[in-house]
Amino acid sequence: MTELHLMTVAELSASLRSGAISSVELTRAFLARIERHQRELNAFITVSPDRALAEATRADERLRAGRGGALTGIPIAHKDIFCTRDEKTTCGSRMLANFISPYDATVVQRLREAGVVCLGKTNMDEFAMGSSNETSWFGPVRNPWDTARVPGGSSGGSAAAVAARLAPAATGTDTGGSIRQPAALCGLTGIKPTYGRVSRYGMIAFASSLDQAGVFALSAEDAALLLSAMAGFDERDSTSVELPVPDYVAELAQPLKGLKIGVLREFFQGLEAPIEELIRTALDALHAQGAVLKEVSLPHLPLSVPTYYVVAPAECSSNLARFDGVRYGYRCEKPRDLADLYQRSRGEGFGAEVKRRIMIGTYVLSAGYYDAYYLKAQQVRALIAADFERAFHEVDVVIGPTTPTTAFALGAKTQDPVTMYLNDIYTIGANLAGLPALSVPCGFAGELPVGLQIVGPHFAEGRLLNVAHQYQRESDWHLRVPRGFG
Amino acid sequence: MSITREQLESIARLARLSLSADEAPQYAEGLSRVLALVEQLQGVDTRSVIPMAHPLPGQRARLRTDEVKETDQHELYQRNAPQVEAGLYLVPRVIE
Repeated sequence: MTELHLMTVAELSASLRSGAISSVELTRAFLARIERHQRELNAFITVSPDRALAEATRADERLRAGRGGALTGIPIAHKDIFCTRDEKTTCGSRMLANFISPYDATVVQRLREAGVVCLGKTNMDEFAMGSSNETSWFGPVRNPWDTARVPGGSSGGSAAAVAARLAPAATGTDTGGSIRQPAALCGLTGIKPTYGRVSRYGMIAFASSLDQAGVFALSAEDAALLLSAMAGFDERDSTSVELPVPDYVAELAQPLKGLKIGVLREFFQGLEAPIEELIRTALDALHAQGAVLKEVSLPHLPLSVPTYYVVAPAECSSNLARFDGVRYGYRCEKPRDLADLYQRSRGEGFGAEVKRRIMIGTYVLSAGYYDAYYLKAQQVRALIAADFERAFHEVDVVIGPTTPTTAFALGAKTQDPVTMYLNDIYTIGANLAGLPALSVPCGFAGELPVGLQIVGPHFAEGRLLNVAHQYQRESDWHLRVPRGFG
Repeated sequence: MSITREQLESIARLARLSLSADEAPQYAEGLSRVLALVEQLQGVDTRSVIPMAHPLPGQRARLRTDEVKETDQHELYQRNAPQVEAGLYLVPRVIE
């Protein structure tokens, strides 16, 4: 039998249900791997061995009683942005370094009900603001493919953990690319569903009109299994959508014959040659399976980054106003008065990137600037969404690269915020338009993985997973293991 | 677009963020760069474009009936508070 840590969730699920392995055994194997590699990668903020083993024991009882589902007994890791009851939930910030959540996020609760075992909470950029996992209060995460490089962000810990086989899958969140970009940089399959598809309840808010939860997995099939358990209406999230969740796993088998793929002209501008070559090769492979390729243009897409850096900071400045040093979170020492308490608790509790974004947001929303910045950005956002809508009249999905470069060196882009922001140039559009999007490994430039991005119309998650799955049937990029982690 | 020292101080005050004197130039520089990036939007013709209010077309805020569903758990929630007394959150004296 293949070693446990190299198996997919689908394979582990079959072994658990046949009784060939137990969840306790599986959970111990991953806990041991986390212990061995944590110092090197810093992928976790909290590891919970006792709790994980207790959950695994319960899962084994369920399995023995014949009541196990597809995910019963599967250990995973949660990004530390999801509240987990009676456990530390830090959001990568000093502000919440000692915060013990009094409740579970809906995503956590649903996966728990499905019998999933939580190994621990993964490291992330502070409040999910970053593209390299270097803004975490708990230190940067390292990319298992090359530990001198970043894993991407903001869900960098989840991506590094799955790539290093410290967990067979992990949750993440994506506001401007925070699942797809690290999935691309770490050689994983990562999906950001349609806005409103997965509940945001208990997921610490960054930009509420863009935030969406999703997963990192080794394959599209595994992502489909996890998303099936996570998705669906939740009355506790005011923007949760009341639509039934289709059977994502059943949809995987659809052949690609006749699928209309839009090749996005704007996604190939400013792209490094080795990445472009891999994307074109992947498109050829999809064409060989019967898909039809057609060039499409989204003329307003190049405005995604400036639009995002008005909308996201504006929403962040409002969401993060709740951290006041009074009800929960960090409080400064010896405040002189109430104003000093607010200002120093926030000044000391937040890191530099979070403060920068709060200030940008405060500025663009301040009296006299609202129309010029926020209203204007929401208008351009409407133009970007309309571009996508027009494209989806002609094609079923649009495809391009996930990122303009492969994983970069730690420290390479920390000096200028704009250089860092441009990492998300291809991913932000889907968030602005609320569309589902996925990144799938499509080869290596040198030693580093490259991601292919597939974007679909609203609620087309099943189609995206289907395209990725059919691609993965004919390729093995997604099964490559970084050296030293096999 | 360049942010002056005075503008930065005013933004920080509105955002209730203390900034040390040595951090200030770095933030002024960073904010100026981001605002220069955002400046690109000014060139776009958006006359007659309705600003986007929701990422999903046709979706509106869902209303619920006003009924009590949650139980009182203030003790549990206050375990995370820096300073609490008799069920109240403590802050420095506001009225002398």
